[in-house]
Amino acid sequence: MTINPEVNEINKEYEYGWSNPERYAVKAPKGLRRDVVEMISRAKDEPQWMLDFRLKALDIFYSKPMPTWGADLSGLNLDEIYYYIKPEGANARSWDDVPDDVKQTFERLGIPEAERAALAGVGAQYESEMVYHNLKEEWEKLGVVFLSIEDGLKEYPELFREHFATIVPPEDNKFAAINSAVWSGGSFVYVPKGVKVDIPLQTYFRINAESSGQFERTLIIIDEGAQAHYIEGCTAPAYSSDSFHSGVIEIVVKEGARFRYSTIQNWSHNVYNLVTQRAAVYAGGVMEWVDGNLGSKVTMKYPACYLLEEGARGEVLSIAMAGRGQHQDAGAKIVHFAPNTSGTIVSKSISKDSGRSSYRGLVKIYEGARGSQTNVECDALLLDDEARTDTYPYIEIEEKDARVGHEATVSKINDEQILYLQSRGLSEDEAAGLIVRGFIEPIAKELPLEYAVELNRLIELEMEGSVG
Amino acid sequence: MTHQLEIRNLHATVGDTEILKGINLIVPRGELHAIMGPNGNGKSTLAKVIVGDPEYTVTQGEVLVDGQNILEMEPDERARLGVFLAFQYPVEIPGVTIANFLRLAMQARKAEGEEVSFTEFYGKLQSALKTLEWDESIVERYLNAGFSGGEKKRNEILQMLMLEPNYIIMDETDSGLDVDALKIVARGVNSMRGPSLGGLIITHYQRLLDYIVPDKVHIIVNGKVVQTGGPELAKKLDSEGYDWVKELATA
Repeated sequence: MTINPEVNEINKEYEYGWSNPERYAVKAPKGLRRDVVEMISRAKDEPQWMLDFRLKALDIFYSKPMPTWGADLSGLNLDEIYYYIKPEGANARSWDDVPDDVKQTFERLGIPEAERAALAGVGAQYESEMVYHNLKEEWEKLGVVFLSIEDGLKEYPELFREHFATIVPPEDNKFAAINSAVWSGGSFVYVPKGVKVDIPLQTYFRINAESSGQFERTLIIIDEGAQAHYIEGCTAPAYSSDSFHSGVIEIVVKEGARFRYSTIQNWSHNVYNLVTQRAAVYAGGVMEWVDGNLGSKVTMKYPACYLLEEGARGEVLSIAMAGRGQHQDAGAKIVHFAPNTSGTIVSKSISKDSGRSSYRGLVKIYEGARGSQTNVECDALLLDDEARTDTYPYIEIEEKDARVGHEATVSKINDEQILYLQSRGLSEDEAAGLIVRGFIEPIAKELPLEYAVELNRLIELEMEGSVG
Repeated sequence: MTHQLEIRNLHATVGDTEILKGINLIVPRGELHAIMGPNGNGKSTLAKVIVGDPEYTVTQGEVLVDGQNILEMEPDERARLGVFLAFQYPVEIPGVTIANFLRLAMQARKAEGEEVSFTEFYGKLQSALKTLEWDESIVERYLNAGFSGGEKKRNEILQMLMLEPNYIIMDETDSGLDVDALKIVARGVNSMRGPSLGGLIITHYQRLLDYIVPDKVHIIVNGKVVQTGGPELAKKLDSEGYDWVKELATA
C-alpha cells in the first residue's frame, strides 16, 4: 500500500488516502462508450433485456445536458474516467477467498471485525465489483436475501425485473442515466413479509484506482410488515486527479414495513459524488434516510421519499461537513401522493475554511393528498468567516388541506461558548469539537453507537486546528 | 509554595476603556472573600480577567495562583490549575448532555493515560446531586439548554462540586435567585469550604452573604479596592448603601 505524497497537503486530515498497486482482471478503456457498456454486460453474462436497458440509458445520457444548477461540475471530465474495473477474484462468501491486498484493505477499514461484532450481513465492493457478500445464516433461514446486485439479477430474475429502474428510471437525471448504462456492483436485498432484521446490514464501497468511477446500483425490497436497517460506508485513496462516484439506490417499502438506510460518506477530497437515492413508500410504511456527508470534493445528493399510499411516512436526517475545497450540495425530497402522509427533514451542515454547504430540498404535496404534512428544519453552523452556506427550499403545494413547516437557522460557534468550556478545562479544539458534536447530536443519536462514534471521530479529525 | 490567589496591581481594559485600575488582593486557601461594590465598577471584569476571557486585555500586573503567574495561560490551563468561575450568565450548549460534559471536564484534569473511573464519576455525582436537591435525570439534559436562570446557577455549582477546584470565583451567582434556590446554592458552596478551598464571592447584595459568611469583604469602586473589612462591612453596605464608598473612591 502506498501513500500519494503529492496530494498529502490537500488531504492531510484524511486517513484513508492510501492505495494498493493496480492489478485487475479487466480494465475498460477511458470514457463512456458503447463498446464499454457492451463489455460490462458481457463480463456479467447478462440477459439481453439488461443490455438493451443499458444501451437505451446510454442514449439518454448523450441526450441530456449536464445540470447547471447545484454544485460546480465543470471540473468533472467524463471522458477521463475509467467506467469499469474488475478486480481479480470472484465475489466471495468468505474473506479467505478474497485476494490478499483487497482483504487487507477491508481489514484496515475494520469491516470483517464489525461484521463479527454487530452486523447481520456485509458486502464489500472494490472498484466496480462486489468482492465479498455474506449474510449470517440465521437471517438466511428466515428468507432474507442479501446478495450482490449481479447475483440478485441471476437468482431472483422476476423479483428483480419487477422493481429494477421503476423508482429511479434512467430518464430521471443525467447521472441516473450514466449509472443505468454502466452500473456494476451494489446490493440486492429482500426482506420477506413480517421479518424483522434487528441488526444492520452493511455494504462498504472502496475506490482504489486513479481516475476511476464507481457506479453501484442497489435495489432493496422490504415486504409487508418487515423491518431492516442498511448501512453504507465509503472511502477512496487521495489522488490528485478526480474520481467519480455515481450510485443509484432504489428502495421499495411495502405496506406497514419500516426501513432505514444510513450512509457515512467519507470519500477522499478528489471524488465527485453524484448519487440518486429514492424510496417508494406504501400504506403505513416508514422510510428513514440518515445521511452523513463528510468527504468528497463535490456531493450532490437528495435522498427522496415518494409517499405513494395513505399513511406512508418519510424522514430524511442529514449532516454535511464541508472543509477547504469541498461543496456539499445535499438535501432531501419528500413527495406526497396520497392522503395523510407525513414527512420530516432535518438537515444540519457544518462549514469551515472555504467549504460550502448547501441545503437543497423539495417538498411537494399533490392535489388529493389531504391531511398531509412535512416539517423541514435546516441548521447551518459556520466555523469561520470564509465558510459559506446556502439554503434552497422548494415547496410546491397543490392540496389545500396540507401543511409544510420550514425553519432555517445559521449560527457561528461563539466565543462565549468556547470560553465557557475552556474554563472547565477543555482545550480550545476540544471545546469547538464538543460544540459541533452537540450540533449534530440529534442525528448522531439515530445511528447505531459504533457509527455515531465513527461519525464524531471523523468530524473531530476534520476539525483539528480549525479554531484559534 | 504559598497556597493563595494573589492579585498584584492588576490593570485591564476592554477596547479603549480601562476598567481595572490597580487591584491588589490576597486570598489564602481556606478563606472566601466577598467582593462587593456598585455595578459597573469592575467586579465582573475581575472575574473574567482571572478566568482568561480574551475580551479583556491586561495592561499591567499579575495574577498568581499558588505562586504561579497565570496571565499568559489559556483559560483551560488555568482551569486545570484549579481555578473555577461560576458564570453570571452561563451559556447554553445544545446537544451536549451534562453527564457527558462533566465526564470530559473531569477527564481533562487527569494525567495522560489516566481515566475517570465510573465509580469515581458516579459516586461524586450522587453526592453532588443530593447536596443540590436535584434528580439524577438532570444530567441527561443538554448543558443549560432551556434552563431557567435558577437552574443555570445550580448547574454551575454542580460543576464546581464535581471538579473540586482550589479557587472558586462566583460572579453574582445570587442574581435572579429566589430564597430557596439561594439556600441550595449556598449549601453547595459551604459543603466545599475547608482548608484547601479559597475564593471570591462577587455580589452586589448582602443577602447571599447571610448564607455564605465571608472571611473578608472587599469593596471595589472605579477599578480599585477602596475598603477591606470583615463580614460586618457587607452589612453596613446593606443598610447604608454605596454612596459613602463612592466618596472613598474620589477622596
